[in-house]
Amino acid sequence: MSVAIVDYGSGNLHSAHKAVERAAAEQGVSVIVTSDPDLVRRADRIVLPGVGAFADCRRGLDNVIGMVEALEESVIKGGRPFLGICVGMQLLASRGLEHGVAQGLNWIPGEVVEIKPASPDLKVPHMGWNTLEVRRQHALLNDIPVGEHGLHAYFVHSYHLKTADPAHIVATTEYGGELTAMVGRDNIVGTQFHPEKSQKLGLALIANFLRWAP
Amino acid sequence: MLKCRVIPCLDVKDGRVVKGVNFVDLKDAGDPVESAIAYDAAGADELCFLDITASHENRGTILDVVQRTAEACFMPLTVGGGVRTTDDIRNLLLAGADKVSIMTAAVNNRDFVREAAEKFGSQCIVVAIDAKQVAPNRWEIFTHGGRKPTGLDAIQYAKEVVALGAGEILLTSMDRDGTKSGFDITLTRAIADAVQVPLIASGGVGNLDHLVDGVRDGHATAVLAASIFHFGEFTIRQAKEHMKNAGLPVRMD
Repeated sequence: MSVAIVDYGSGNLHSAHKAVERAAAEQGVSVIVTSDPDLVRRADRIVLPGVGAFADCRRGLDNVIGMVEALEESVIKGGRPFLGICVGMQLLASRGLEHGVAQGLNWIPGEVVEIKPASPDLKVPHMGWNTLEVRRQHALLNDIPVGEHGLHAYFVHSYHLKTADPAHIVATTEYGGELTAMVGRDNIVGTQFHPEKSQKLGLALIANFLRWAP
Repeated sequence: MLKCRVIPCLDVKDGRVVKGVNFVDLKDAGDPVESAIAYDAAGADELCFLDITASHENRGTILDVVQRTAEACFMPLTVGGGVRTTDDIRNLLLAGADKVSIMTAAVNNRDFVREAAEKFGSQCIVVAIDAKQVAPNRWEIFTHGGRKPTGLDAIQYAKEVVALGAGEILLTSMDRDGTKSGFDITLTRAIADAVQVPLIASGGVGNLDHLVDGVRDGHATAVLAASIFHFGEFTIRQAKEHMKNAGLPVRMD
């Protein structure tokens, strides 16, 4: 099995690469970090990471000629399992409102909006470890303790994805209101948190992604 | 619910830990990567490397340390010390740092904060502030390990760098650093309440009550300590249990 981590100039992919390798318990999983749309087309599973601002990431993705088309082909037409992380998850939305309006991939309709916690004591960015409230069961959360007393995920973000369809929300996290922590439909899943930085929960989630047969 | 973070900080010089970690049987207490793995296993919420390498030729050693740490530890890593240019930031992020802390370069040129935040995103730009009390309720920024005054008011400066895009403040009281007498709570609170971004309190931790004070009274969202953890006085677990018993939200995964 091959996993492609899409490199479009959005920061460090080293951690994501190593975390997927670590989580790949079975033999014969090859993990590549690539900006080659053909390699993405050939991969069995695709990870789209992303840090920074939405508009910058979208520009970065567009600057890799043929990448958006390769992703559409593999993920939407081909049904290949896809995991978006942080801004890589936000890019699934219809549009982002960070530093101006930018179009997303529109795979999970909705908007990426600024976090506005109800309490003025709560700081933005939402930075650190928080628990997940599951809205609907998902294979990527199999055997992972969730809820108030469950494992924690590492977040660092000032914007989050408000989905148009509540059924696309897999999990939320509480921060002066509900923030979208995980979205999904069909063979597409995205996490606002960083599984590659979330120790136990993260490695278990990535291992589940590698086993996932949507 | 978001948990408060406990962050051990390692001073690294020429790729080696200064004042090595002694709380577990490490084969090589001077190896930052071994120490990082030990803290990862112990449940630290984040790690901080402060590079105090003096010579220019050895500046690259930290990149190797960061890279090897990121291969072994799947937890957030902040790296600071000697960060002067956006290339320095880019190199650290590409090596595997999640956040980069800048200090003197921000004091010398405030626009560097804006440039860094625009280029890499606020979420990875930490501005480190070393402050000393100079009058009642007035603290001044110092650089060069607390030796060089800048004339800048710490609270005004914190507001300014946050407005420019800093995503987090790492605040060290130079009056308390190394004293084991606890954080400067008045200072911590004054700055935490003045800015919208998270604040890491640092400088002066001598016991576990100090960690509680930093969050409860200082309004910090994270607490950083070095010696109490490195020398095995307290484990990360003990620190978190103590904070939990005091009613603070902590992660015990």
